[in-house]
Amino acid sequence: MSAILSIKEMKKSFGSLDVLKGIDLEVKESETIVILGASGSGKSTMLRCINFLEMPTSGEIHLNDELVGTVRGKGENTNITYRESDLCSLRTKVGMVFQQFNLFPHMTVLENVMEGQVTVLKRKKIDASNRAKEQLGKVNLLDKIDQYPSHLSGGQQQRVAIARALAMDPKVMLFDEVTSALDPELVGEVLQTIRSLRDEGMTMLLVTHELGFAYHVADRILFLHEGQILEQGTPQDILFHSKQARTKEFLKGHAAFSLPNPETD
Amino acid sequence: MEFSYNWDFNSILFNWDVLAHGLLVTMQISAITLTAGLGFGFFLGLGRYSRLQIFRFPSNVFVELFRNVPALVVIIWFFFAFPIISPFEVDAFTAACLAISVNTAAFSADIYRAGIQSISPHQWEAGRALGMPYLTILRRIVFPQAIKRVIPPLTSRGIEAVKLSTLASVIAVNELLYSAKQLSAIHFNPIEAYTAVALIFFMIIYPLTRFSYFLERRLGHSD
Repeated sequence: MSAILSIKEMKKSFGSLDVLKGIDLEVKESETIVILGASGSGKSTMLRCINFLEMPTSGEIHLNDELVGTVRGKGENTNITYRESDLCSLRTKVGMVFQQFNLFPHMTVLENVMEGQVTVLKRKKIDASNRAKEQLGKVNLLDKIDQYPSHLSGGQQQRVAIARALAMDPKVMLFDEVTSALDPELVGEVLQTIRSLRDEGMTMLLVTHELGFAYHVADRILFLHEGQILEQGTPQDILFHSKQARTKEFLKGHAAFSLPNPETD
Repeated sequence: MEFSYNWDFNSILFNWDVLAHGLLVTMQISAITLTAGLGFGFFLGLGRYSRLQIFRFPSNVFVELFRNVPALVVIIWFFFAFPIISPFEVDAFTAACLAISVNTAAFSADIYRAGIQSISPHQWEAGRALGMPYLTILRRIVFPQAIKRVIPPLTSRGIEAVKLSTLASVIAVNELLYSAKQLSAIHFNPIEAYTAVALIFFMIIYPLTRFSYFLERRLGHSD
């Protein structure tokens, strides 16, 4: 079974602070992986290293069996610079959606989704526009294509951001706490969008705090602790039968104020 | 003490062409220094923002030098010292334009730089995540947003440059203030001559000020 994304011994330090202490991960095509962990455990850094928004200090990343990044470990003194063009071409293959949406406020919804296609993939405007409309249709925002982001709700903005990333035809999608900045009532529409992506077979890595969502969509859950994958397995394994004390503690914190079950109360 | 002065604007009205010529030169200086100063300031601002030391260092030296030396001193320096160290002649008009341009460039550089820096790092990140190279992000994402924020302070800087043009009178450039000086020397009417100059400047600059208020209001609530 060949992995679409394979990460070997990926480490990241900021000065003397080791944020990632060696991540090994094989992601299969169409797999949905949810990354859980306390803040500071390195979840976001891990995602950001995969598309080189942060430069890993050492390690190897293969995408589609092609080596996209390698830093041979000499610890924090490794001083490898990547060519910008290589990084850019990698980033078009790995889409990313952020907590804060990060839409371009001076562009309409349609222009936001066209921008990368035109400037990076060099698509013709008409093709980019058609592709953008196709993606915006999928996230139910065709009626908003001429609006500016400031006129949209958070949930709508986040769906535009997802469409913007998907329009680049990425092989893998990274979601970095994409519902954390949303009002509770808007979370559902974004999660729904991600779930339908999963049903279409997109390969995805998500950092999220929505345990219920993780339970329903994840093929595999990783629990990150102090820069390492402490435990991984199916949602059942991790959320209900976790073997590590640290994972249990984390889950307990999340469940402390969940709704009571009407049957048992 | 009796406070009576017989205002006599006739000598001004009869010699209106002297002031008109002065106004023309003032306009020329303003047009040249606005274009050169605000244009060059843009590249200086980029230099100051650059990640590369070879761009950053000279830009910083230039900005600090010409921001911290009075424009009047720079004008005089360009006029008297420049011809000695440079192989070509520098006439008074050129010296004044050069000096006011570098002053405007130095001040506007920081306006541009602040404008670029005011754009959230998240915008850069969003561009990079789409695979956009540095210069594309700058051109397509950062500039269009930054320009909105810098137009009001740039307008103020432009107004300053127009006012600075009067300093050229010190090295006998025949601009508006200098024309008034000549007029008053011949007709003994300094009060009327300088009053006329003040009024003319007010009439040029006041609309510019209104324009900058207008821009500030309009750009302010566009997003």
